[in-house]
Amino acid sequence: MTARLVTQPAGAGASRPALTVLPVGSAAVLVEPPDARNVVELYLRLRATAPAGVTDLVPAATTVLVGFEPGTQSRVAVVEWIRRVGAEEPRAAPEEVGASAGPLREADIGAGADAATRLAAEPERGAIVELPLRYDGPDLAVVAELTGASVDEVIGAHLEQVWTAAFIGFAPGFAYLAGEDDRLTVPRRVTPRAAVPAGSVALAAGYCGVYPRESPGGWHVIGHTAAVLWDAQRADPALLAPGTRVRFVREG
Amino acid sequence: MKADEGAQVASSTAAFEVLATGPLALLQDEGRPGYAHFGVTASGAADRCAYAAANRLVGNEQGAAAIEVVLGGLELRALRTMLVALTGAAAVATVTEFVRVGRHSRVADPEASAPVPARAVNDGNSAGGGDSASDDDAPGQSGPMGGGGPPRAADAGPAVDAVRRIRRTVVNPAGTSFTVFAGDTIAVGAPEGGLRSYLAVRGGFAGERVLGSRSSDVLSGLGPAALRAGDVLELAGDEEGTPGDWPGTTLIPPPLPRSGPVILAIARGPRDDWFGDAGWQALLGATWTVGTDSNRVGVRLAADGVAIERAPGHAGELPSEGMVVGAVQIPPSGQPVVFLRDHPVTGGYPVIGVLTADSVDRAAQARPGDPVRFRERRQ
Repeated sequence: MTARLVTQPAGAGASRPALTVLPVGSAAVLVEPPDARNVVELYLRLRATAPAGVTDLVPAATTVLVGFEPGTQSRVAVVEWIRRVGAEEPRAAPEEVGASAGPLREADIGAGADAATRLAAEPERGAIVELPLRYDGPDLAVVAELTGASVDEVIGAHLEQVWTAAFIGFAPGFAYLAGEDDRLTVPRRVTPRAAVPAGSVALAAGYCGVYPRESPGGWHVIGHTAAVLWDAQRADPALLAPGTRVRFVREG
Repeated sequence: MKADEGAQVASSTAAFEVLATGPLALLQDEGRPGYAHFGVTASGAADRCAYAAANRLVGNEQGAAAIEVVLGGLELRALRTMLVALTGAAAVATVTEFVRVGRHSRVADPEASAPVPARAVNDGNSAGGGDSASDDDAPGQSGPMGGGGPPRAADAGPAVDAVRRIRRTVVNPAGTSFTVFAGDTIAVGAPEGGLRSYLAVRGGFAGERVLGSRSSDVLSGLGPAALRAGDVLELAGDEEGTPGDWPGTTLIPPPLPRSGPVILAIARGPRDDWFGDAGWQALLGATWTVGTDSNRVGVRLAADGVAIERAPGHAGELPSEGMVVGAVQIPPSGQPVVFLRDHPVTGGYPVIGVLTADSVDRAAQARPGDPVRFRERRQ
C-alpha cells in the first residue's frame, strides 16, 4: 500500500482532529479536513498564508487541492505549512471568515523564492455580493413540488439565505453556492437541458448555481440574473470566488 | 483567398496566411496556471517539452505562442522572411519555395525581422541534399512577388522576362529550424509516429491573450479560436535579443522511434485505496489501447476484458475534487482516462494515480490505436 501522508495536529493538547493529506503526483497534494463544512474556511486560511511556490489552491466539496512548484517548494515543507494552518483554531466564525481573508500576508516559509511563483493576490472578498434576480425560471413549480412548498415559499427561502461560494467548477466562474439550510435541496433534473441561458439561477445537489454563459445543464432553473458572472477581460474575471457570500435581491 | 488580397491585409507584423489546418491546429503557449479556483484550467501546449524546444530553436522568449498541430495537415504561406522550427511528432515540414534564377537574384524581404541572406540561386538548383527541384513556373499569383511580402513591383517589373522561376521543395524533419521567404509555403505532414507537432516562428505568434495566455482551451473555449484557412497570423515580437541575434542551435535530436508500447510512469494516489492492490495491479498489468475519442482534455484507454474495479467498501460516489494534469481517473467503466492540459479543474471519479511530467508529454503524443502500459513510479 501507499504510505499515506496522514498528518497529526501539531502541539500538545491540540483538540482539532487531524486533517488528511494525500499525494497527487509530484506537484500537488490533496487536503481533506475532518469536517467537510470547514473546507471554505481552510481554503481561505491557506490562501491568506500561501508561501511562494504554491501555485494553485482548488477547493471542492470536501477537499482542497494544493498545487506547488517542486523546484521552489518541497512537498515536506508544503505539508508542514498545511498541517500548521489546519491545526490552528479558526480565527473567526464562518460568516466572518470572508471578511478576514485578505489581504495576503507575507508567508512564513519559502522566503526569498521567486515572487512570480506566488499566488495572485485576491481582491477583498468580505463584502456580500448582491445579485438581482427575476424568479421566472421554468423549473420554479417543479422545485416547489419537490420541496413540498409553495412557489412563494421557495422564493422566500431563496431570498432569506446568505449563500456562500463553496467552490468553482463545471465552467469558468460557475460557483457552487451553499445555503444556510436545506430547505431548497433538490436533485438534478432527470433530463438535462442542451442549452441553459447565461444568467440562469438554478438549484441541484444541495447547491445554488448561476450559469456564467450558455451551456448544457441539468439543474432546476428558478430564475435569471442580469449580473455578469464571468468576463475574462475584467482584471478580476470571476464575480464569485470561493468564500464569496451572495444575497439574491428580487427584481421585477 | 487570393494572394493579392493577402498582400492587402498583410500588416507590418503579418507572418503567414493559413492555407489549410488539418484536423486541428491551435495556438498554444505555457497556459494560464493559477486560475483553477475560478474554474479555469491551466491549458497550454500538450507536449510541453516539444513546445519549449520549438521556441528554443528559433530563439524565442520562454512562453511565446506556437502552433500545435494534430496529425499534420497544416499548410501556411509565408508573408515575409522568417526563421521557423518544427518539433514534436515524427513529421516533416515540406517547404515549397519559388526561386528566381538568372540575371536577378531573389531579394529578401527588407522588412524581415532578421537580416537573413536571401536563398538566391544563380544557375539552376545548387541547394544541398534532400531538395528536389522542378522547372515548373510558379503560378503568377503565388510567385515570389505575389505572396504578400512588401511588393517591390517597381523593381521586379523589368526583370521578369529575364529570369526563370523554379519551384523546389525542401524537407525539414522535426527537430530542425529553417528559413522561409515571402511566398514560400510550409506543409506539416502526417507524422509517422506521435500525434502533435509544434511549429514555432521567431518572434512567436500573436493572438488574443486571455488571463495572460494565448492558449486555446478546448474544454472551456477560452483563448484564441482554432486556426482556419484564410486566417492571417501575425508576429508577437517575443524573440530574445535583437533581430540579428540568431539562436545558436539549428537542430535537436529527433524523436526516437518507439518500439513497443508507450510507457507512462505513474505514482499512486490520491484515491488508489478505492481500488486496492488488485486494482493497482490491473492497471499495471494490462496493455491499454488509446481510444479515438481522446483529445486535449484526456486520453481514453481501453483493454479487452480488463476493468479496474472498486475495492470493497468503495462503491459510492466520490464528491468532486480538484484535478491535475496527468491524473488517471477511473470512471465506473473501469477504463482509465489520463487527463491532459485542458482537463476539468474538478472531477468526480477517483484518481488512482498521477503521471510524471515527462509521461504527460508522452501521453500527449500517444495516438489512437497506440498501445500503452503503466509503470509504477515510487513517491
